Amino acid sequence: MTSQPAGQTPAAIRIENLRKSFQAGTGSREPHYIIKDIDLTIKGGEFFILLGPSGCGKSTLLNMIAGFIGKTEGRIALGDNEIERPGSERAMVFQQADASLFPWLTVRENVEFGLRMKKVPKARRKEVSDRYIALVGLAGHENKFPKELSGGMKQRVQLARVLANDPAILLMDEPFGALDAMTRRTMQKELIRIWQETKKTVIFVTHDIQEAILLGQRIGIMSVGPSSRITDLYDIPLAYPRDLSDPNVLDLLSTIESHFDE
Amino acid sequence: MNRLKRILQYGVLPWLGALLIWQLASMPSNPDFLPGPYRTLQGAIELAQDGSLLTYIIYSFYRVFTGWLLGSLIAIPVGLAMGRIRIIRAITEPILNFVRFIPALAFITLFMLWFGIGEQSKIILIMYGTIFTVIINTMTGVLAVEEDKIRSARSMGASEWQILLHVIIPATIPYMFTGVRLAMSTSYMAILGAEMVAANEGVGFLIWNARLYFKTDWIFVGLIALGLMGFATDRLLGFIGRKLLYRYGIVFTSSSARKPA
Repeated sequence: MTSQPAGQTPAAIRIENLRKSFQAGTGSREPHYIIKDIDLTIKGGEFFILLGPSGCGKSTLLNMIAGFIGKTEGRIALGDNEIERPGSERAMVFQQADASLFPWLTVRENVEFGLRMKKVPKARRKEVSDRYIALVGLAGHENKFPKELSGGMKQRVQLARVLANDPAILLMDEPFGALDAMTRRTMQKELIRIWQETKKTVIFVTHDIQEAILLGQRIGIMSVGPSSRITDLYDIPLAYPRDLSDPNVLDLLSTIESHFDE
Repeated sequence: MNRLKRILQYGVLPWLGALLIWQLASMPSNPDFLPGPYRTLQGAIELAQDGSLLTYIIYSFYRVFTGWLLGSLIAIPVGLAMGRIRIIRAITEPILNFVRFIPALAFITLFMLWFGIGEQSKIILIMYGTIFTVIINTMTGVLAVEEDKIRSARSMGASEWQILLHVIIPATIPYMFTGVRLAMSTSYMAILGAEMVAANEGVGFLIWNARLYFKTDWIFVGLIALGLMGFATDRLLGFIGRKLLYRYGIVFTSSSARKPA
């Protein structure tokens, strides 16, 4: 329940002809698409970045993969199964930890939440929460409440909380967007370490090009909405940990930046 | 210096000041028109000696507490349902928004007609006064729960029932608490009216009855008793809130007793 057999990679996510429209108002003739014609395959275990400007629909796409909101047309499948609703194999790390953590629960109780919902016995819960609290570097803070933690630590709690349910896929919606630059850099390194340790598929939404290049194995660039699509895909074959002073990183940075200059 | 600070903190000085002004104001006046603090104290002793003051306080408190508790016990589930289920909200909210503007006191005669002149009608009156405040606060709390909390619970495998129990209710507790606290003060208003109109005991009866004997000092005893009862229950509620519900983020604004150390 808490760790997949070694060597087994999670199933791929296949997105075909995906469209999402607002419910068209009575007056409008054309449906208003937020997302139009997205085709994308994300391999199991891949660290995939969705990069685009604010309001381009990348969070909408992520929420559709999570099953929080429905699609208008097309297909999203995990392996052979169509995604229709939220499932515990997909876990979301939200941008605002304050909005998603449970402030009345301690760090440990937050991390154990999913296990408690599944009626996992207490001793087993403690074992799992100990492990993931340590993994995200929060050992010693188990009995604190979220309001006693800094922004970066709260995001660590969110990460531990979803990891405790052992999802195959981590969906991350600008999770470090609200952090200061230094904490953000630390969290990026930590995330890479945790990803390498746990071998999850990660779909990471950001509008920060540097962050995209430091983290992703592949970057999908979304066009400005409405009717946004994935216009380009970049493979980033660089080894981790990556460094902003690496000339290869700088090259990519200017290439990708030129996309947004037009 | 520290002692002075402490005295200021607990609001002792304003009270001494108020007593002094009261004393000065009452001096030129006939005690039947405006009794001073000393006269009022005498009145209180009179009432305390035959035990009636304590009996009245217990009666009023019992009515307020019972009505308030029963009202809250009904209102909280209703508020949760209204907040969570759109169709229930759509049906009940317009009616609620009409009825809640009719003060409990307006129902005294009707409730006496329907439920008799005994305890029942008074307790139902308090329940009426409590229910709407608690429903509206609870419902507001439910509607204020961040979608992200519900979504993350759902994606961690929580059922709808578990979401209600483990996310919605804990997240709403501060709102419920505000609701029951506000309802407590409206309950005191309602009981006073009810006891003035139809009761043979209680603080409201004391205040109303005193006019027959021109015992103005008894009226003052009643007023002070009410103030103290309200103050004590509010503090008790705040204490319980802080001790038991700390983790739910109860913020209790008791202006004086809280300060930086």
